[in-house]
Amino acid sequence: MITLLESRTVNKRFGGLQALTDVSLKIHRGEVYGLIGPNGAGKTTFFNVLTGAYPIDGGEFVMNGAELPAGKPHRIVAHGIARTFQNIRLFRDLTALENVMAGHHIRTSAGVWGILAQSRAAREEERLVTERALEILDYVGIGRHADTVARNLSYGDQRRLEIARALATEPQLLALDEPAAGMNATETAGLRALIETIRADGVTVLLIEHDVKLIMGLCDRVAVLDFGKKIAEGTPAEVQRDPGVIRAYLGDHRAH
Amino acid sequence: MTSTSTTLPRPAGFSLDLRLQQPLLIVLAAAAPLVALAFGASWVRVLDFALLYVLLAIGLNLVVGFAGLLDLGYIAFYAVGAYTWAFLASPHFGIHLPFWIVLPLGAAFAALAGIMLGFPTLRLRGDYLAIVTLGFGEIIRIFMNNLNQPINITNGPQGIDMIDPLTIAGIDLSRNLDLFGMQVPSLVLYYYAFLGAVVLALVLVRRLQISRIGRAWAAIREDELAAKAIGIDTRMMKLLAFALGATFGGVSGGLFAAFQGFVSPESFSLMESIVVLTMIVLGGMGNLAGVVFGAIVLTALPELLRHFAVPLQVALFGKTLLDPEVLRMLLLSLAMILMMLWRPAGLLPARTRYAHREGRKA
Repeated sequence: MITLLESRTVNKRFGGLQALTDVSLKIHRGEVYGLIGPNGAGKTTFFNVLTGAYPIDGGEFVMNGAELPAGKPHRIVAHGIARTFQNIRLFRDLTALENVMAGHHIRTSAGVWGILAQSRAAREEERLVTERALEILDYVGIGRHADTVARNLSYGDQRRLEIARALATEPQLLALDEPAAGMNATETAGLRALIETIRADGVTVLLIEHDVKLIMGLCDRVAVLDFGKKIAEGTPAEVQRDPGVIRAYLGDHRAH
Repeated sequence: MTSTSTTLPRPAGFSLDLRLQQPLLIVLAAAAPLVALAFGASWVRVLDFALLYVLLAIGLNLVVGFAGLLDLGYIAFYAVGAYTWAFLASPHFGIHLPFWIVLPLGAAFAALAGIMLGFPTLRLRGDYLAIVTLGFGEIIRIFMNNLNQPINITNGPQGIDMIDPLTIAGIDLSRNLDLFGMQVPSLVLYYYAFLGAVVLALVLVRRLQISRIGRAWAAIREDELAAKAIGIDTRMMKLLAFALGATFGGVSGGLFAAFQGFVSPESFSLMESIVVLTMIVLGGMGNLAGVVFGAIVLTALPELLRHFAVPLQVALFGKTLLDPEVLRMLLLSLAMILMMLWRPAGLLPARTRYAHREGRKA
C-alpha cells in the first residue's frame, strides 16, 4: 500500500468553534476513501482545508511525500488534487466544453505573447485542449451536451460536468463532496459506475457522502468524523459495527 | 439594420447573414468618413472620437466584460496614455519622440498603472472594487491637476498644448494630404489610422478571449472560488486583466493627445469613465461587436442631439425648452432603464459560445 495523501493532526478553528481536531488519516493510492459523519461533523471543512479554500490552523497535509502549500488552492491543484463542491459550482454561462477546457488551465502553458501572436505552439495546445476536453466529456457520459450552456444541463449532468472539469486538471486524488446529493436511484447508480471507472483508471477518490448504500458499496475504507474528531476508521463493514459510530449517528442518552 | 436571407429566425433581431456581415462591415467602415464628409467635416471628427471611444470600450470590456472586475476609474489609463504622449512629444519638455516610441511607452505606463491599481484591490469584488477603482481614477486626475508645483510636470489645470501630431511614415496626419492631386483631409487620415488601431485591437482581444487566458477570466467572472479550485491563479489572472485592459486605454489616450494637440485634466473626469462603462453595458458586456456598437452609438448620440434637438424644439414649440446636454443625460438614463427592462444583457448580448474556436474561423 502506497500512501498518496496523509493528513497529520489537522486542526481548524472558526473563532471559538473547533471545527477539526487533530484529524490524521492516510489515503492509499488507488482506493476509494469515504469520509462520513453526521451533519456538521467537519467533513466539508476538511475538504476546504485540504484544497486550500480555508487556511489551516495546525497540522499539515502531505501528498506523495511533499507538504502541500496550505491555503494556496491553485498550487494544491498543481500537486494533483481536484475537487467538486457540495452545492454545484459550475461556470454557469459557459458551455460544458468550455467548463472542461477551463479545467485544463493548470496543465497548459500558452502565455500572453504566444496567444497574441497565435504562435504555432499556442494553436497546437488549443487544438489538443479542445480534443482532450471532448474526450473527458465523453468519458463522464455527457459528450452530446458539449455545446450546452452549463446552467441548462440537467442536475445529474451538472454533477457529471463538475467531475469532468475536475478530471481535466489531471488529478491523482479526486475529492468529491456529496456527489450523489439530490440524485435519484438511477442517477446514483450511474454515478457509482463512473466513480468505479475513475478508480479503475488509476485516480484515487476521496468521497464525502450521506448515501450509506453508496458508501458501503463503493468505498475501500471509511473514516468517520464527529464534532471534528476522527472517531473510527476501517472497512465499511468494520465501521458499521463500531459502537462509537452508532452512538454518533443515533445518539446515546446515557452519555449525557 | 435589416435582416436578409436568414432562413432560421434568430433570437437576437440584429444578426445579419454571416456571409454578408463581414464584407458589409468592411465597406461600411471604409466609406464612413467619406459619407460623413459630405455632411461636414465636424461629422468626421465625431467618427474619429467614436473610434477612440471604441478602443477604450474594448479595453474596459476586457476588464469588466471578460474578467468581471467592475472598474469605475478606467479613464485614468486614458489619462496616463495621453500625458505620456504630451510629455514625450511636445514643447512642454522640449522632447519630440516619434509615435512608435511614445505609443508603446504610453501603453506600458498605463499597464503599470493597471497593475498598481490591481495589487491592492485583488481581494475586492463588486461594489467594493468599484469604489476603490473610482477613487483611483480621481487620484490620477487630481495628480495631473496639481503636479505643476513645486516643479512643473503636468502644467496643472492649464494642460499641455502644441502636442506633436501623429506622424506615420513621414506623413503628418494633422495636415491635409495631397494624394495624386486629391486633397485628403487630416480628419479622414486620422480616421483611417484610428480604424487600423481598432481593427488590430479587435483581433488581439478576440485572440485573448478564445484562449486559455480568456477562459480563466471567464471562470473568475462566473465563480471565483471554483476558478481557484481548478488551479487558476486568480491573482495573476486579475492583474493580467487590469494590465492588458489598461494597455488599450493607454494607446487610446496617446492617440487622443496627438489628435487633439492638447490635454488637460478635465478630459479625464469620472463622467468619462461612466460613459465608457455605459457604452459596454448598452452594447452588450462581453461581446466585442456589442461593445463597438455601443461606443459608436453613444458617441454619435450627443452630436445628433446637438444638431437636431434645438431646431426641432424651436420648430415645435417656438423656443428651446431643453438644452441638448440635459436632453442627452435624460435620453441616456431613459435608454438605460428601458435596456434593463427589455434587454438586460445589452443590445448585442454576449454569445455564450465564445471561449473556443468554432468551425468557422473567428
